[in-house]
Amino acid sequence: MDRFLATGGYEGLKVALAKAPSAVHDDVRGATVLGRGGAGFPAGVKWGLMPAGKFPRYLVVNGDESEPGTYKDRLLMERDPHQLIEGCLIACYAAGLSQCFLYIRGEMALAHERVGEALNDAYAAGYVGKNIQGTNFSVDIVLHWGAGAYVVGEETALIESLEGKRGEPRLKPPFFPAAIGLYGQPTVVNNVETLSNLPWLLTNGIEAYTAIGTATSPGTRMVAVSGHVQRPGVYEIINGTTTFRDLLYGQEFCQGIRHGNELKAFVPGGGSAPWFTPEQLDLPFEGKLVGAAGSMLGSGAVMVMDSTTDIPAAALSLTRFYAHESCGQCTPCREGGTWLERILARICDGHGTSSDLDLLIEVGTSICPGDFPHAASSSLELEAVPFPYKMTTICFVGPSAYAPIHSAVTLFREEFEAKLVKRTSIPVTAAPVMAVHA
Amino acid sequence: MTDTVNAPAESGEPAQPGEDTTPPDPNAVNVTINGVAHVARKGQLIIEAAADAGQYVPRFCYHKRMTPVGKCRMCLVEADSGRGPAVTVSCMVTVAPDMKIATDSPTAKRMQEGMLELFLANHPLDCPVCDKGGECPLQDQAFSHGPGESRYVEEKRHFEKPIPISELVFLDRERCILCDLCTRFADEVAGDPLISFTFRGNTTQVNTFPDEPFASYFSGNTVQICPVGALTAKPYRFKARPWDLEQAESTCTTCAVGCRTVVQSSRDELLRYQGVDNDAVNRGWLCDKGRFGFEAVNSAARLQAPAVRTSDGFASTGWNAALDAAAALIKGAVTSHGAASVGIIGGARGTNEDAYAWARLAHDVIGTPHVYAQQLDSLRSEVLDLPRATIDEAANAATIVLMAPDLKEELPVLYLRLRDAVAKRRSRILEFTPRSTGLTKAAWRSIAYRPGQQGDAVTTALADPDVAAQLAAGAVVVVAGKPNLAEAGSFQTDALLTLLEAVPHAKVLPAFRRGNVVGALQLGMVPGEGGNFAAGILADAANGVLQCLVLVGADPLADFPDSDLARRALSTVPVVIAVDTFLTPSAQHAHVVLAAAAGGEKSGTVTNLEGRVQTVTKKVTVTGTSRPDWMIATELASRLGHDLGFTSVEDVTEAIAANVPAYAGITSAALKAAKDGLLAVPERRRSLARVGLVAPMSTGYDYRLVVGRELYDNGVNTRMSPSLAGLARGMRVLVHPLDLERIGVPSGGQVRVSSPKASMDLTVVADAGITRWTAWMPFNQPGGCAADFLDATAAVTDVRIEAL
Repeated sequence: MDRFLATGGYEGLKVALAKAPSAVHDDVRGATVLGRGGAGFPAGVKWGLMPAGKFPRYLVVNGDESEPGTYKDRLLMERDPHQLIEGCLIACYAAGLSQCFLYIRGEMALAHERVGEALNDAYAAGYVGKNIQGTNFSVDIVLHWGAGAYVVGEETALIESLEGKRGEPRLKPPFFPAAIGLYGQPTVVNNVETLSNLPWLLTNGIEAYTAIGTATSPGTRMVAVSGHVQRPGVYEIINGTTTFRDLLYGQEFCQGIRHGNELKAFVPGGGSAPWFTPEQLDLPFEGKLVGAAGSMLGSGAVMVMDSTTDIPAAALSLTRFYAHESCGQCTPCREGGTWLERILARICDGHGTSSDLDLLIEVGTSICPGDFPHAASSSLELEAVPFPYKMTTICFVGPSAYAPIHSAVTLFREEFEAKLVKRTSIPVTAAPVMAVHA
Repeated sequence: MTDTVNAPAESGEPAQPGEDTTPPDPNAVNVTINGVAHVARKGQLIIEAAADAGQYVPRFCYHKRMTPVGKCRMCLVEADSGRGPAVTVSCMVTVAPDMKIATDSPTAKRMQEGMLELFLANHPLDCPVCDKGGECPLQDQAFSHGPGESRYVEEKRHFEKPIPISELVFLDRERCILCDLCTRFADEVAGDPLISFTFRGNTTQVNTFPDEPFASYFSGNTVQICPVGALTAKPYRFKARPWDLEQAESTCTTCAVGCRTVVQSSRDELLRYQGVDNDAVNRGWLCDKGRFGFEAVNSAARLQAPAVRTSDGFASTGWNAALDAAAALIKGAVTSHGAASVGIIGGARGTNEDAYAWARLAHDVIGTPHVYAQQLDSLRSEVLDLPRATIDEAANAATIVLMAPDLKEELPVLYLRLRDAVAKRRSRILEFTPRSTGLTKAAWRSIAYRPGQQGDAVTTALADPDVAAQLAAGAVVVVAGKPNLAEAGSFQTDALLTLLEAVPHAKVLPAFRRGNVVGALQLGMVPGEGGNFAAGILADAANGVLQCLVLVGADPLADFPDSDLARRALSTVPVVIAVDTFLTPSAQHAHVVLAAAAGGEKSGTVTNLEGRVQTVTKKVTVTGTSRPDWMIATELASRLGHDLGFTSVEDVTEAIAANVPAYAGITSAALKAAKDGLLAVPERRRSLARVGLVAPMSTGYDYRLVVGRELYDNGVNTRMSPSLAGLARGMRVLVHPLDLERIGVPSGGQVRVSSPKASMDLTVVADAGITRWTAWMPFNQPGGCAADFLDATAAVTDVRIEAL
């Protein structure tokens, strides 16, 4: 607490409290603070979606960071909990939210402990609670520890879980919890990192914020890099300017691929994003460009695969995760995800047949009809298929189970074919004859 | 139609040729479905608009009587609202102007085929041994919209199968496709959220909570709506294949709600009843008693032939001998002691035709005024002459006033309709009750009173400005019945009159309970000039005035709320003639027993509590040589020298239409043409007189008794249905937990309950829904009869409860 205050902590809140709430909202809207959770929706616009005059309204902080490869929110919660709390307070003040629920993923015990301690300190110091800093602005922040389910990272599933129900995504429409959210009230769900941007923005002003990055993607963002790089970790990059090559090979970042190996492929935005190959290394961290190239920035996680990677096994690892994390309420995800996993497992075990590769794509098409996004490949003479995809599911878990398979089979088909059973037909085994008893 | 698929329709093209003279319909929405213009209704779901346009969209989780959830994803279509074709859940999204909907585009078809392949991936495909096979939406839609082959070679999901989730329902989780219909029904419609999803992802399954069975009165509906064979009902498991079933639409006569059913039989045996979705009454739902009670019709204990008492007990005879004997006994009584020495109780279990023929026999042929269809179990028949509400009017009224027995126990589907009215926020319930009921939780105000003090409770409530404002705001329907068999009915009618005087615009829905009681009362099974009601008839029988008692499907020993009087009546009256389906305790006192045909064995019409006349249909041959009641009455009349002129049931229906003003025009032909039956409400207005009885202050017996019915009781039709027989909860006494503390016995302990008439050792149960200083007992349960405590002439009944 003391160190946070010594380095300008809660200054942003004081700046905000000195202004009218609408002015703070205008700042956030004007600075185009993009959501850092995965969809990249501007926070200021999201706040404005709430129907006027309906109270109480809630802020729900999505700290259920569970996208494979993503661990930047965990770092923010463990290392800088006060910055998050300050961001929550600014959001509540700007959008007229009376209560904040901080939902932290079940597995993040340390984050839960540290945010809890920070909250106690902030309450004691009068930053949270009644009449904050002597103003008539009052907000309570409730810390909620999740039970551990990937799908609860989906905002409506998170709200259901917070209400004490099964963590299943809500049916759309309504498309946003802004209208009908927690306990049926207007609700803003923001990501930890999104809110952590607010103190700096308020302290330093719009101009300073938008001076960083590009017009459409201002500011910086945290990217968690994992996999086969020399120096994996969470790095703060500049939106729209830093390229994937900078991140993976730059001296201030990952310093190249491990053991000097060749880069084979990388996932640019969390486990559910279609894969890129070295051809896409020079793309900057800009949502629209990455989308046009056939993937997404998603949750700010880059997973790197070097030349030693067994591509089918890597795809299986990701698909198995999504199949396991399906909530089970809609058919394509519940049945399709597990089916994909089983076919892929069969291939990886050396029991796959030549028709199985097409079957993977066929089952995937039942989850995502139409063309699925993928990156361009000059060696395969493939054009990029841009984002987004169509889906038959309620939420993105089902398509996420298919995304790694689609990328892997499209870009690395020969690696799958190498694993297939070398035979033309499956031998037919005689069915056991059942004994008939008198 | 296929050549127009994907044909771009002109946007904004009017769907119908514009006519300048007619103003545009504000509820019309012009859309294009598969390239063809269609006018949909505002707010209509795409799946329904498509159906109207003749395009069936496959579906599993959609049900028009429940909130759409969009979980099964079977009904996905492509809809273009100007931003290109989008994958759209047609059961969740409503039509928008100029929307272009494609239910059979390549993408839509690909989605449907893909979805069906996924549904079948883990489905066991044990269709040859599955009860649903042949009437299975999964089977049918796999055929009509599926890919035709499966590429799933992996091991399927395995669960223990089947598991009983209640006494009546079995669950096979391997067949389940997790459509959320049964779970949604239990929660949303029945209000018994006892089944739910457990586990997640690929191992998601429906199950009950530990040690809490799916003991809902409405569980059979989940079996009916299950789109696969996952839920099966004990009475029908492995009994028939759907293609071997013959069926006929009919009306349930278990209670007076009059739910429409389909009666299904195979090889001349009743096998299954299913609910029929009609707007006016039951909306497709049935209670389990109505659904499974047909088992009693098939019972081996049914009377096969008429019987005459001899010195060695009953001897089966032919109909001629039995009818001759019965007619001679009636004629003997009339000749020796006059027509008024014959009393007739019953007629509420049959059809309108049965009741009308018996009323004619009683009033015109025998000439006795002592006729009544009820046995003190509901309010007097004059309540039927109050301005009558329909069930729909009740379920749409701003205020529903409940002055009735627990509807969940006595008129279960009416309970569903009123619960729905509250859940959809159309209505508020104002309840006056001696104990909490199934609707208390849904009530806006629930006012508890001690028996006999409902008049004061109503007066007090009317003085409350909130209540007065609520009653003044829109339509009011009073559901009026007798919530307590241990008190004089006039307390309830007086309170009802008080309310109606204060709220003159209120209408009344009579909560009478026996199957066709309203029909029987409206068609003349009521006392003539100077005639007695059931209590008077039995009293006359007990004191020797009555010479001949005729019981038409009535069993006073089981049903009359004064066992002592019923026993004395039946042992004293010189002649008893019983018309019944079983040899009931009362019929065992008879000199002649005439075997009657049961529901499903006879055709005709019935009148429900709203006055709605609907048809019942003969589906199977009668048991033995039994005959419908109307035929028995006609035969008796002819032996007594009168030709009623009935040679077929249609003759009786036409006679009713011609002679009874309320039923004017309700002919067989008119009923055939009517969608939801026809209303028969009497025009005459007999006035319901205020009695002014005052409940006495407490006597030495400190608990005032409330006796009510439960759905499953010791009634003959429940007892004779093997699936229902074990469901009765048994005799016990319920008191408020604080009163139980005073008695000094733990809940579940034994107490002695005594009244001036009887004393019984019973299990006592604490229940916070019981009003303080009252005791509640179920009527006619296995293990003891509450009627032993009751006195038909007493204003209220008080009992003493002592620790044993």
